[in-house]
Amino acid sequence: MLAAVTLSLLRGLITTLELFFLTLLFALPLGLIISFGSMSRLAPLRGVTKSIVWVIRGTPLMLQILVVFYGPGLLFGLPLLPRFTAALVSFVINYACYFSEIFRGGIQSVPAGQYEAGQVLGMTRPQIFFRVTLLQVVKRIVPPMSNEFITLVKDTALVRIISVYEIIWMGESYIKKGMIWPLFYTAVFYLAVNGLLTLLFGRFERKLSYFK
Amino acid sequence: MPVLEVQNIEKRFGATHVLQNITFSLEEGQALAVIGSSGSGKTTLLRCLNFLERPDRGSITVRGELLFDAADPAAQQEAQVRRKRLHFGLVFQSFNLFPQYTALENVALACRLLAQERPDFRANRAQILKEIDERAYALLEQMGLCERAGHYPHQLSGGQQQRVAIARALALSPDILCFDEPTSALDPELTGEVLRVIRSLAERRTTMVIVTHEMAFARDVADQVLFMDGGVIIEQGEARQVIDCPQQERTRQFLSRYSAS
Repeated sequence: MLAAVTLSLLRGLITTLELFFLTLLFALPLGLIISFGSMSRLAPLRGVTKSIVWVIRGTPLMLQILVVFYGPGLLFGLPLLPRFTAALVSFVINYACYFSEIFRGGIQSVPAGQYEAGQVLGMTRPQIFFRVTLLQVVKRIVPPMSNEFITLVKDTALVRIISVYEIIWMGESYIKKGMIWPLFYTAVFYLAVNGLLTLLFGRFERKLSYFK
Repeated sequence: MPVLEVQNIEKRFGATHVLQNITFSLEEGQALAVIGSSGSGKTTLLRCLNFLERPDRGSITVRGELLFDAADPAAQQEAQVRRKRLHFGLVFQSFNLFPQYTALENVALACRLLAQERPDFRANRAQILKEIDERAYALLEQMGLCERAGHYPHQLSGGQQQRVAIARALALSPDILCFDEPTSALDPELTGEVLRVIRSLAERRTTMVIVTHEMAFARDVADQVLFMDGGVIIEQGEARQVIDCPQQERTRQFLSRYSAS
């Protein structure tokens, strides 16, 4: 029985990991673009960006999943998105907004003197960004990013609300058969993934500890 | 002909005149000390020379080449400004070393990047980079830091960091080396090593503009002194002349605060 449950939870884990990696793949670059918007010199662009970030961060992710999945059909009579796609879209938007604030914090925390030192040494803007500030930004955002990554792993559980078969859904399905332990067993999978993430982030942080 | 000619520089931040009517020139191999109380515009003047601020009026000429003219916005585009900056070097009050690079890499980085623009870079890459590193090492040696070449900034004392910053500014062989209060962020016991280095540069006839609060140092090391107050030049002249027997009342008042302390 344990083997059968493990196997079905592993299937759920695959969906969870797909959602995790695809969300990162799209949300990290989108977050960087949003962070540029929120730092823009153009006040209207800045205002619009900050309002979007406020709405997305200010409402529950579960609500956003429901809106993305049911909204287009209910409001405009459009066909429903595939469940996984709807989940992914809402995750990408939600996480991009959180990432954008982390990027903004990281970029703005690099002292202006670093840009100026690059400028007076005749460096171009891209050279200053890639050779001087980028690594300092990365170093600063590693701890808050590790938090977000870990939260993302657990947030994937929310997509069961639109019946995407992730780990919790799989575990829950055994309740109908009178078994409660598979649901608790799901915790092991989250702990394993987040344990691995914690190790990787710790290693990365140590790698960047050669400078301050 | 002077190396540096500054004509009628004016700079406003909003309604405040930070600089007004700044005109002076500097001969090759001379050191100019800029003195004055905080907020007098000294740092803004240096930032204008290094194109970190754009003056609202006036012009800056180096070796007869007009580098900046407020009346000619076309000449102020980023790509051109980048090249013009290389006539000046700037040593910051807070060092601003790049923390992720060693002392040697800090000194060599800008030269390495500039070398990529050389047409023969691809063909002679190894040779060019080797020469740059050797020169960077020689500069660190000149600063008395050869055994610190592989250290990261956070492993160095403030005085050592500032000496690396001086080597970094010298690496591009600027016509005029500028210092923005180079010892103000240092513990008192560390100022000496930095001042000694600047003094040795003066002895080698490096053209320098030094914003400083060290009056004794300005008097001994600089050839010329320029006293600023409220964004204007109150008095300028030969260093000992200005500091020992100032002609203007405001200069006297300012200097008396230093001799009293």
